[in-house]
Amino acid sequence: MTATPKVQAADATRSGQRSVKVSRQGPSFIMALPAVALFGFFALVPLVGVVVISFLEWNTVRGSIEWVGTSNWEFVLGDRDFTWRALQLTVMFVIGSYLFQAPVALLLGVFMAGQQKYRAVLSVLYFLPLLFSSVAVGLTFQSLLSPNYGISAALDFLPLPNDWLSNPDLVMWVMIFVVGWCFIPFHALLYQAGVRQIPETMYEAATIDGAGRMRQFFSITLPQLRYTIITSSTLMLVGSLTYFDLIYVLTGGSPANAVRILPLDMYIEGFSSHNLGNASVIAVLLVTIGLTMSLLLNKLSGSTKMESDKAGA
Amino acid sequence: MARTPSPTACIATLSAASLLALTACGNGGGDGDGGDASAWILTGGGWPQIEDDFERWNEENPDQAISVEAYENDAYKEQIRTAVGAGEAPTLIMSWTGGALLEYLEGERIIPLTEHTAELEDRIHDSVFQNGVIDGETYAVPLNDVQPVVLYYNQELFDEVGIEVPQTWSEVEEAIDVFNDNDIAPFSLAGGSVWPALMWLQYLTDRHGGEEQFTSIIEDGASWNNESVLFALETIQELGVNGGFIDTYQSISAAQNEDAQLLADGQAAMLLQGSWVYATVNDDFPEFAESGNFGFTTFPVLEDGQGDPSNIVGNPANYWSVSADADEASQEDALAYLSEHLYNDETVQNMLDAGSLPPLEGIEDQIAETEDADFLEFANELVSEANHFQLSWDQAVMPEHEQALMDNLSDILSGNITPEEFAENMDAATGV
Repeated sequence: MTATPKVQAADATRSGQRSVKVSRQGPSFIMALPAVALFGFFALVPLVGVVVISFLEWNTVRGSIEWVGTSNWEFVLGDRDFTWRALQLTVMFVIGSYLFQAPVALLLGVFMAGQQKYRAVLSVLYFLPLLFSSVAVGLTFQSLLSPNYGISAALDFLPLPNDWLSNPDLVMWVMIFVVGWCFIPFHALLYQAGVRQIPETMYEAATIDGAGRMRQFFSITLPQLRYTIITSSTLMLVGSLTYFDLIYVLTGGSPANAVRILPLDMYIEGFSSHNLGNASVIAVLLVTIGLTMSLLLNKLSGSTKMESDKAGA
Repeated sequence: MARTPSPTACIATLSAASLLALTACGNGGGDGDGGDASAWILTGGGWPQIEDDFERWNEENPDQAISVEAYENDAYKEQIRTAVGAGEAPTLIMSWTGGALLEYLEGERIIPLTEHTAELEDRIHDSVFQNGVIDGETYAVPLNDVQPVVLYYNQELFDEVGIEVPQTWSEVEEAIDVFNDNDIAPFSLAGGSVWPALMWLQYLTDRHGGEEQFTSIIEDGASWNNESVLFALETIQELGVNGGFIDTYQSISAAQNEDAQLLADGQAAMLLQGSWVYATVNDDFPEFAESGNFGFTTFPVLEDGQGDPSNIVGNPANYWSVSADADEASQEDALAYLSEHLYNDETVQNMLDAGSLPPLEGIEDQIAETEDADFLEFANELVSEANHFQLSWDQAVMPEHEQALMDNLSDILSGNITPEEFAENMDAATGV
C-alpha cells in the first residue's frame, strides 16, 4: 500500500512535466481506505495471529492452550535439524525455478509477440497449462511419471529413469520442471505484452544500421523489457518461495523429505503433526524471508526511480 | 512488486473473493424443522455403499436429511482434525477409534451414544463394537465393514513359475528367489503412500513377538527399541534391497490403486493390503477379478516367532461419533440415523454384494449366498478366529505422533535411517 503514491509519482512523470505538487494533490488517502482496511483484515490481522500462536502450545481438539514463551522458536531454529534442510531446499527450489522459468518465458514471450506462421495456434497451446488446476496437473503428472504405467514404461526404448518421484536426487528437478511448466505461460504472457509495446521504429532503425536479429534482441528487446523482467522476476521468486500445492499433490514432500520446502514443511508440521506453534514459527520465518526478498528486489531494481521507457512519452 | 495493482483492482478482487466465500458458507444452510446434519465419508473401497445408504435415508426421511461429502483418505485425516478443533466438524465424525477418539473425548468434542445404540450392540461382534467403548460408555459405533489386512496373490504367476503360495516365512524367501529368477516382482507395495508399509511392520512385529510388543509401547510407554519392532524394520529394509518388493515400490501410490493394478496386470505376484482392496479390484479390474486368478490368504507364519499366527492387523471398522459442537436438531437427526438405519437389511445385503464384510453376528447364511462367498467366508473366519485384532498403528498412536511414525517409516523405506535410529526418533517424538 505504501507503493501507491510511488505509482502516482511515476504517472506524473509520464504525463509530461507537471510539478510534483500536483501529484501530491492526487487521490487522497481516504480513497485508499477500503483497500487498507481489507489489507489489514486479511493480511495484517492473520500475521499478528501467527506471531502470537508461535508462542503457544495449542491443541485445538483438546482445547488446551498454553503460553510456552520462546520454546517453539528455540526448538524450530535450534534443535530441529530439519528447518535448515528445508531452508536449503527452498533456496534450491527458488533459484532452480528462476533459472528455468525466466529464460524460457522470455524466449517464448518474444516468439509469441512476433508475426510467424502458426504463431497464434502455438501461443494457445503454450497458454493451456495456465488454465488447469494444480491438483489436476499434479494427478496427471503423477500418472505420467509413474514408473510402471507412465512415460518411462511407454517409451522403454529410451534410457529414461523410472524413479522420477522416488529418487531423492531427482525429485527436486522434476518438481522444478513441473512447476515451471505451469507458470511459464503466465510469464511468457507478460513478456509478450512487453515486447508488443516496443516501438517498431526502433527495429526499423536498427535494421537500417545493419543490426542482425541477435544484435536487435540484445540491444533493443532486452533493455526495453527491463521493467517487465523486474516484475516477472519478483513474481517468480516470491511465488516459488511460497509455492505449495503442486508439490503437495505430487509428492507430499517425500521421498526422504527431498522436496519438503518451507511452505510444505509448515503445512505438514501444522496439519499433519498437529503442531500449530512450530508451524507458526516456520510461517513467520517465511514471511520474513519473503518480505526481505521483495524489498531487496525493489531496492536493487530501482523501481522507486522507474521512468517511462516508451518512445515519445 | 515493481508496480502494485491499483487499489480499485484490489478491492474488486477482494470483494469478489469474499462474496464467493459468503455464498460458499450459505450453501450449508438447511431449512425446515430438522437440523442440517452432515457427514464426511471416504472414497473407494466399500464407501460407495455407505453413500447409497445415506441417499436412501434422505429419501425416506427428507425432514431429517444428512448431507454427505466424500474425501480421499489422506485429505480426510488432515481436514477432520482441523474441523473438529475449530468447532466446525460435521455432525457425524468418522474415525478409526484409537488415539483420535481418545483425543475427541478429552476435548469433549463428542457425545455419548450408549442410550441409542443398545440394539446395535447386540448385533455387532463384540471385539469390533468394544473399540468404540471407553470406560463403559459408547462414544463410537462401527459403520461399515471389518477391514483385516490380508495377502492377495495372482495365481497365474504362481502357476507360471511352478510354486505354491507361501504359508511360512522360509517359503516367502524361496518364492522371492524364484520370482526374481523369472523377472516377476514378488510383492507389490505402495511405498510412496507409506501407510501400506505399516502393514508389513505390524504383521512382522506381531509374528515375531506377539501382540504384547506393540501394546507395551502404546499403553505402557515402553521404548520403541523393541526386539520385534527392530526385526520387522530390518526385514522391511531387506525386502527392499533383495528384490522382495517391486523395484519401483518407493514411487507407487495407493491413492490411485497402483499397487493393486500391478497385481492385476501380472507384474507382481503378491500384495499385502486391506480387505477393501477386494472391492477395489472387483470394481477397477473386473477382468482379473473374474479370471479366477485373484487369490487371498493369511500373512505367512514366522517359523521361530512367538506371535500367534491367527493374529490379524487392520481396521476393525470405521466408526461414527456424534459431534458435541453440532446443534441439537442435527444431533437428533444423526442419532436417529444411527439407531434406526445403520446396518439395515438392504445396506447389509449391498455390502455383502460388493464384497465387504459387515461386523455382524449370524450372517453366515447370507454370506454363503453371495457371489463373493469365498472371500467373505475367508474374511469372516479370519476375524472370528483371530486371537488378537491389532488396530493400524497410525490410528492407535496419539494423533500428534502419527506424522512422526509415518516420516520415520518413510525414512526406513528409503534406507535413510537404520532401525535403531527409527526407535530413537520415535522415542524422542513420543517422549519415552
